[in-house]
Amino acid sequence: MPATARGIASAVRSGDVSAVDVVAAALRRVEAGDAAIGSFLRTYADTALERAGRVDAAVAEGRDPGPLAGVPVGLKDVLTTEGIETTCGSRILEGWQPPYDATVVQRLRDAGAVDVGKTNCDEFAMGSSNENSAYRPVANPHDRSRVPGGSSGGSAAAVAAGFVPVALGSDTGGSIRQPASLCGTVGMKPTYGRVSRYGLVAFASSLDQIGPFALDVADAALVYDVIAGHDPMDATSIPHPVEPVTGGLDRGLDGLTLGVVEELSSGAGFEAEVLDRFRAALAEAERAGARVVDVSLPSTAYALSAYYLIAPAECSSNLARFDGVRYGLRVGADDVEAMNRATRAAGFGPEVKRRVMLGTYALSAGYYDAYYGQAQRVRTLVIDDFAAAYERADVLVSPTSPTVAFALGERTQDPIAMYLSDVCTIPSNLAGHPAISIWCGDGAAGLPVGLHLMAPALAEPLLFQAAAGFEAVLGTKAAAV
Amino acid sequence: MSGYEAVIGLEVHVELATATKMFCSCPNEFGAPPNTNICPVCLGLPGALPVTNAAAVELAIRFGTAVGSTIGRAIFHRKNYFYPDMPKDFQISQYDEPICVAGAVVVPALDEAGPTTVRLVRAHLEEDTGKSVHVGGTGRIHDADHTLVDYNRSGVPLLEIVTEPDIRSAEQARAFVNELRAILALLGVSDVKMEEGSLRVDANISVRPAGSTTFGTKVEVKNMNSVRSVAHALEFERARQIELVTAGGAVEQETRHWDEADARTHGMRSKEEAMDYRYFPEPDLVPIAPDREWVERIRAAAPAQLPAERAAAIAAAAGLPANLAAAVAYTPGLADWVDAEVGAGADVTQAYVWASQEVLAHLNETGKTWVDVAPPPGTFVELGELVGDATLSKKLAREVLADVLVSRRRPRDIVAERGLEQISDDAELAAIVAEVVAANPDTVERYRAGNEKVAGFLVGQVMKSTAGKANPGVVQALVRSALEP
Repeated sequence: MPATARGIASAVRSGDVSAVDVVAAALRRVEAGDAAIGSFLRTYADTALERAGRVDAAVAEGRDPGPLAGVPVGLKDVLTTEGIETTCGSRILEGWQPPYDATVVQRLRDAGAVDVGKTNCDEFAMGSSNENSAYRPVANPHDRSRVPGGSSGGSAAAVAAGFVPVALGSDTGGSIRQPASLCGTVGMKPTYGRVSRYGLVAFASSLDQIGPFALDVADAALVYDVIAGHDPMDATSIPHPVEPVTGGLDRGLDGLTLGVVEELSSGAGFEAEVLDRFRAALAEAERAGARVVDVSLPSTAYALSAYYLIAPAECSSNLARFDGVRYGLRVGADDVEAMNRATRAAGFGPEVKRRVMLGTYALSAGYYDAYYGQAQRVRTLVIDDFAAAYERADVLVSPTSPTVAFALGERTQDPIAMYLSDVCTIPSNLAGHPAISIWCGDGAAGLPVGLHLMAPALAEPLLFQAAAGFEAVLGTKAAAV
Repeated sequence: MSGYEAVIGLEVHVELATATKMFCSCPNEFGAPPNTNICPVCLGLPGALPVTNAAAVELAIRFGTAVGSTIGRAIFHRKNYFYPDMPKDFQISQYDEPICVAGAVVVPALDEAGPTTVRLVRAHLEEDTGKSVHVGGTGRIHDADHTLVDYNRSGVPLLEIVTEPDIRSAEQARAFVNELRAILALLGVSDVKMEEGSLRVDANISVRPAGSTTFGTKVEVKNMNSVRSVAHALEFERARQIELVTAGGAVEQETRHWDEADARTHGMRSKEEAMDYRYFPEPDLVPIAPDREWVERIRAAAPAQLPAERAAAIAAAAGLPANLAAAVAYTPGLADWVDAEVGAGADVTQAYVWASQEVLAHLNETGKTWVDVAPPPGTFVELGELVGDATLSKKLAREVLADVLVSRRRPRDIVAERGLEQISDDAELAAIVAEVVAANPDTVERYRAGNEKVAGFLVGQVMKSTAGKANPGVVQALVRSALEP
């Protein structure tokens, strides 16, 4: 049975393999292996097998089953699925069954993909280690004493463990790319507005994007081509037609200018083995015909601070609706206000509370200009810096994460150290640009290191081309199981 | 208490007459069973996103262009506060970049002082909240057993119109609200039914020595559910404040509720700490950037005159008294319809007399709108022709019109069916006159004795015996010639 998404789709489409067998096998792998990993919060075998059966029926009847025919997919539990519990990794939504599907879920199913379960994540996508899940932490499949990264740690681990070939995550400050890096998979964040956010439970609306995880660039590209595109249900969705990326993956690195971002690839926080693998990858790229130049994004020095004002500010408002009135947890009390307070106190974990408080403060009268307003001005400066850098380079590069996967529990008491995990990935969210993390080798302990590629808005074809070019010389990391 | 004047500014919330809600495609309708016009968006379910209803923006621009507002780039903000009938616990509203900036409403003269111009600060778009229904006890929140929430209204588009503090009396406030309602109705922006909550008025009121240019401490007055209660509440509040101040006291800045039952305003018991709404730009929506061409198209499609201007034009053209002209002008759609009839050949005075009498009487009696009953085009032209060729007397014409408004049939069809043609035939009428004269010898005698007024009685008898169909002019002549010795 093929392991890649495109291999599965091709075999299912030709009738060589049945989607039901593929999906059943994926479910068996999860059943057998996930107790030790914790990548899925729940699977739904009956629904998935029934959907797989419909794919097989389409093949049998000569109808086009779609480009992802029979491909088992994991969905981060921040994506709504009609009639299927969606918790966002939070107690406050335990048991909530949305009455509607996210647009991306609909698009995947229309393309023949079969979602088999909802993957674990940091509560409301807030975290960099998946330890903020209210249900259980996720183990890194390559070293179970270590974190998979976050917040889409379950999706990264499910792919890295070989349970499913592809999964969807969401990326607000690096929540796809950082766990992809720590788990040795490919993880991609599209241009803001390129993929509909309808049905993505919002963390920070102006930063959130949905993107794919896969074991290689071609599979990530295949999923991207399916989920990208305009959606009238999302006002921030870009109406501009999508240029498919799958066709341009073999154009290589020859002739591309790669800009090494000085501020995102040096400094005290970067582990030596990460920088070693990063430089080795650049040397390979030069041999493959790329030109490497140094570029600077000076304002990124303030990017992390700006991010930790904007994201909490938006989250404080987005999460207000979890008040015990209409759905999810309700903790009874004498009056409405007390009920709101008791529900939120019991339902949210410490990181969510921390960010809601930070954001509430940043938006308060008298502080708005100094915090939220100032952070938005930094955002403009970051965008300007990127524009200047793209005058000199086609694609920008850095490590994805300053470190390899760290030990479970290592940073839970130190939020600032945790926040620094996303220092390389946050600028792309502030600018709304696409970016991708691919594997660029393992460090000394066999832990994967990620290479981070960034491109201008809507330059996904170029981004995927460069990523595939690197992958051709660097190879891919095999699933752990 | 003279020597003081009130300074009043109003905030008017208007539900827009769109087919669907502000940010989703649920029907915007009043009176549906609870929680039936709802979807993930207007329920604020996790993951759902708002998309701006262009029709609501268009109505806001229609209003703005009609009252002289500046229309430009606008953005939505989130106004954050917790309330159970507000499903996202924030309201999508507009803050420092509203859709309509400035403008003014001219309120026609109440007295010899002349018309008042009330300047507008702004008019901005926002979404309505759901509705809480407190169950048990007296039905008030304090002693209710529980509360039910109906989210049908959640997400209904609102235009909040904010005036400058240009109003000086409760009566002026009432006149302003009436004028604003007429404008909104004429423009088709809202159905302005206060009893259904589609127009809600809050006021800020302070008092100061007449002639002063500084402002006193203002009080916000809420819960005024009719135009009448606006006037009563503000008059009460004006008197209350003046009494306080003249007694050496001070007005406290607070929000007070008007209680219709005891006709007083009451301070709210809940703690009135200044709310911090933590406004910030709504990241789920993109700015509204109306291009000049669109704004001009909207302006061109709207009625060219506001109701007050229209009333003056009608009074001049039709020679109608100002109050009747205004009654027609303030009835949405009616003056446009009548003008079309005049354009097609109907006599302008006759047409406006019919409109201001038969039509308005019918609307008052039935509670219907002109849009409900408007007959086919050409109705007044046809009716005018029937009067012109003496088929109908003016009285019969009014009767036919009353029928038209109910049946929406053509006047000629009604005349034919009901046999209402006027009898102008001399021979036929002469015979009836002879009968009447023969049957009333006393009257004839009195006439001949010099009491000529009694001829009217005989004319009336002829009309009666012809069921009103006799041509009164002809009958009059025939009666007089029969009586002359």
